Amino acid sequence: MQILLNGERFATDASNLDELCARLGFAEAKVATAVNGSFVAASARHATYLAEADEVEIVAPRQGG
Amino acid sequence: MYELYGKRFASRMLLGTAGYSSPDVLRQAVESSGAEIVTVSLRRESARVRTGQGFWALIEQLGRRVLPNTAGCRTAKEAIATAQMARELFGTNWIKLEVIANDDTLQPELFGLVEAAAVLCADGFEVLPYTTEDLSAAERLVAAGCAVLMPWGAPIGSARGLINKPALQSLRAYFPDTPLIIDAGIGTPSHAAEAMELGYDAVLLNTAIAKAGDPVKMAEAFAKAIEAGRLAFEAGLIEPRDMASPSTPVAGTPFFKIDHAS
Repeated sequence: MQILLNGERFATDASNLDELCARLGFAEAKVATAVNGSFVAASARHATYLAEADEVEIVAPRQGG
Repeated sequence: MYELYGKRFASRMLLGTAGYSSPDVLRQAVESSGAEIVTVSLRRESARVRTGQGFWALIEQLGRRVLPNTAGCRTAKEAIATAQMARELFGTNWIKLEVIANDDTLQPELFGLVEAAAVLCADGFEVLPYTTEDLSAAERLVAAGCAVLMPWGAPIGSARGLINKPALQSLRAYFPDTPLIIDAGIGTPSHAAEAMELGYDAVLLNTAIAKAGDPVKMAEAFAKAIEAGRLAFEAGLIEPRDMASPSTPVAGTPFFKIDHAS
């Protein structure tokens, strides 16, 4: 299936958000997530199923003003 | 000392962490600024580069209270989702709420700002909204639950200082008990001192220090200016006047003759 991962087309067969994060090497990483514009808490990732064309954001701490 | 959401701080500077030439310069600038609160953001993480993981380690080393922002958000919905991600990521209810109207001025989009502030305050966030000097927007933000207001001095990164000083003064007079922080537009230590002389509680800075020739020295300069401005406010400034008024006593002036008096 094709999703939009951080604004770029991405092919994956991960069934849920937790699995996607793990496959990207973010299982233990300091990241936060959103799907289709809404926040998904870390504890809810395994129950967040992914579908074709979903827009997934995975973010991390960064410098800011 | 002053208080923001029940936490007490000695330093009246909040310092941004962006735009320094290296992590080491950032670390030293934070140190020499004395700032107890640093602002941070969140950005898309690449599985290959993992930039954020290294930055998080640096933030932990700094040991300062972290104030995450929602910089770049253009709608209330984006800002709310970003704030929720920031709360989980940084483990704080504090959010520097920014809803940006356009790229040229980076001015707050006040309608979206008020909308997002109401949702976030109801959701348990402690919101520090980046707003303008507009009094009606400030009232709406306070009504929405904001216990701190952060009006701009000038557009972000413009280094113009307090471009609408009378309005900032009336905002201060109108909200005597709400902590007010000048956020954005400060270019020089004298701008920061001016904000403090107006009775503002603190100043939030980034570019003026990060992009200075020597950010570590500039951080110290700002710290001193902010302290001086605050002392001046507490000491009570004299009123400006149009005509001269001699500081040296007139009585007993040598060679004085009454004719000269007119």
